[in-house]
Amino acid sequence: MNYHWNWDIFLAETPSGSTTYLGWLLSGLEVTIAVSLSAWIIALIVGLFMGVFRTVPNRWLSGIATVYVEVFRNTPLLVQLFIWYFVMPELLPVSIGNAFKSINPFLQQFIAAMLCLALFTGARVCEQVRSGINSLSVGQRYAGLALGFTLPQTYRYAILPMAIRIILPPLTSEFLNIFKNSAVASTIGLLELAAQGRQLVDYTAQAYESFIAVTVLFMAINVVVMVLMHKIEARARVPGNAGGG
Amino acid sequence: MFNRLLLAAMACFLFSTSVLAAELTGTLKKIKDTNTIALGHRDSSVPFSYYNDKNEVIGYSQDLMMKVVAAVKKDLKLPNLKVTLTAVTSQNRIPLVQNGTVDIACGSATNNLERQKQVAFSDTIFVIGTRLLTKKDSGIKDFADLAGKNVVTTAGTTSERLLRKLNEDKKMGMNIISAKDHGESFLTLETGRAVAFMMDDALLAGQRANAKHPKDWVIVGKPMSNEAYGCMMRKDDPQFKALVDKTFAKVMKSGEAAKIYKKWFMSPVPPKGMNLDFPMSDDMKAAFKHPNDKAFP
Repeated sequence: MNYHWNWDIFLAETPSGSTTYLGWLLSGLEVTIAVSLSAWIIALIVGLFMGVFRTVPNRWLSGIATVYVEVFRNTPLLVQLFIWYFVMPELLPVSIGNAFKSINPFLQQFIAAMLCLALFTGARVCEQVRSGINSLSVGQRYAGLALGFTLPQTYRYAILPMAIRIILPPLTSEFLNIFKNSAVASTIGLLELAAQGRQLVDYTAQAYESFIAVTVLFMAINVVVMVLMHKIEARARVPGNAGGG
Repeated sequence: MFNRLLLAAMACFLFSTSVLAAELTGTLKKIKDTNTIALGHRDSSVPFSYYNDKNEVIGYSQDLMMKVVAAVKKDLKLPNLKVTLTAVTSQNRIPLVQNGTVDIACGSATNNLERQKQVAFSDTIFVIGTRLLTKKDSGIKDFADLAGKNVVTTAGTTSERLLRKLNEDKKMGMNIISAKDHGESFLTLETGRAVAFMMDDALLAGQRANAKHPKDWVIVGKPMSNEAYGCMMRKDDPQFKALVDKTFAKVMKSGEAAKIYKKWFMSPVPPKGMNLDFPMSDDMKAAFKHPNDKAFP
């Protein structure tokens, strides 16, 4: 195959000046990290509450949580993103929709991508929290209640501390997934890492160099996440317990 | 007498096989060996290369590409040549041409110097100007009116590049939205997120023809650049390129290309039966008169 390799392309200045192509990739990396981390924080909070709701003996709460999970887990991420970005502003009252559409386009794209990733991942976190809670012996719940704890106290002091330790390893893969899933935001024009990589191809026609660089940067993010999560798992371990020992 | 005849026959035989065997190289050899030609097309570049409602590939560039297929059939004497069609995007078309997935890709690809380092371009098949699509009552007449506004363009196009450069050079304070494809750019314009859509004028006419109310939209502004579209082929394959260029030169000079132009740009086209009403520019007439493969500066 007669491909013309040129690794120096990263240090070449972009046509608009002021930065290099590597600078583009790094600014994309920043956006990827920002959108993924903020979405992850929301996903953890939403997932934790919804996961608890799915296991409580209250038909309304568990119903809401079940609907949430089924809707967000069973539709494609790309479709959800398009709904957040293109359909939502049209469904809102005209004045609010127009107000949203007139703010800075970068912010519009960022907010749409963050909400989309957060609620999609939140549904998956929710299912893991639920399975973590269900994996505990039902006796723990009874013991908590028998000691005079209220139901929220039982969750807070007895069930969740164990359940969350058990689901730390699958949570790590969700955390890794959210970074990789964030690449869909390039389809609504958010200039994150994948979009900057694609833009580099368009400007320089050096497809392989830029895709290799994007791959390496995504892997670097994920190595950092894995190391971090291993540390957290090690620190949170309770000796002699499922998921811990 | 007999010997001389034999000699002549042998010479004839040797000569004819050498013409076929020794001369075929690169893509033409591959086509001859596999009895297959692999074409690359686009899926939504109206009216250059796109699907109709029967899922067939149609368009101006597609018609020209089929002329190449006919020429290959004739020159290589392959009446049963198999044709495979692969949809390509603006991101993957160069790698797919290079690695042999497609032998030739005719769509709406601009011939420029960066791309010439990776692939070869045929003679120019179309010339466009980069302009603006906007609502009739938006008050926008030219690029200068865009200062401080939201403007959309399609990611990966020359328009994106020119718009960003204009924004920085003239400090216009535009918010530039880069949408994934032309359809999405137009959606961004239609939903009011942007006041104008910058793109190749022929593609803007195609998007307008697809709009809910085509009459609401106008194409304005002095072209910021002119660009030449060409078909992409593998580099360093002079034999195939010569065949393609010869085919195009023939249809351009015989007036056949002008007919194809009329069919796609001056008559109703699928999917909605709209007429793009896009008369041939002087640059295009010149390209048809003197076929060449030069990129515009």
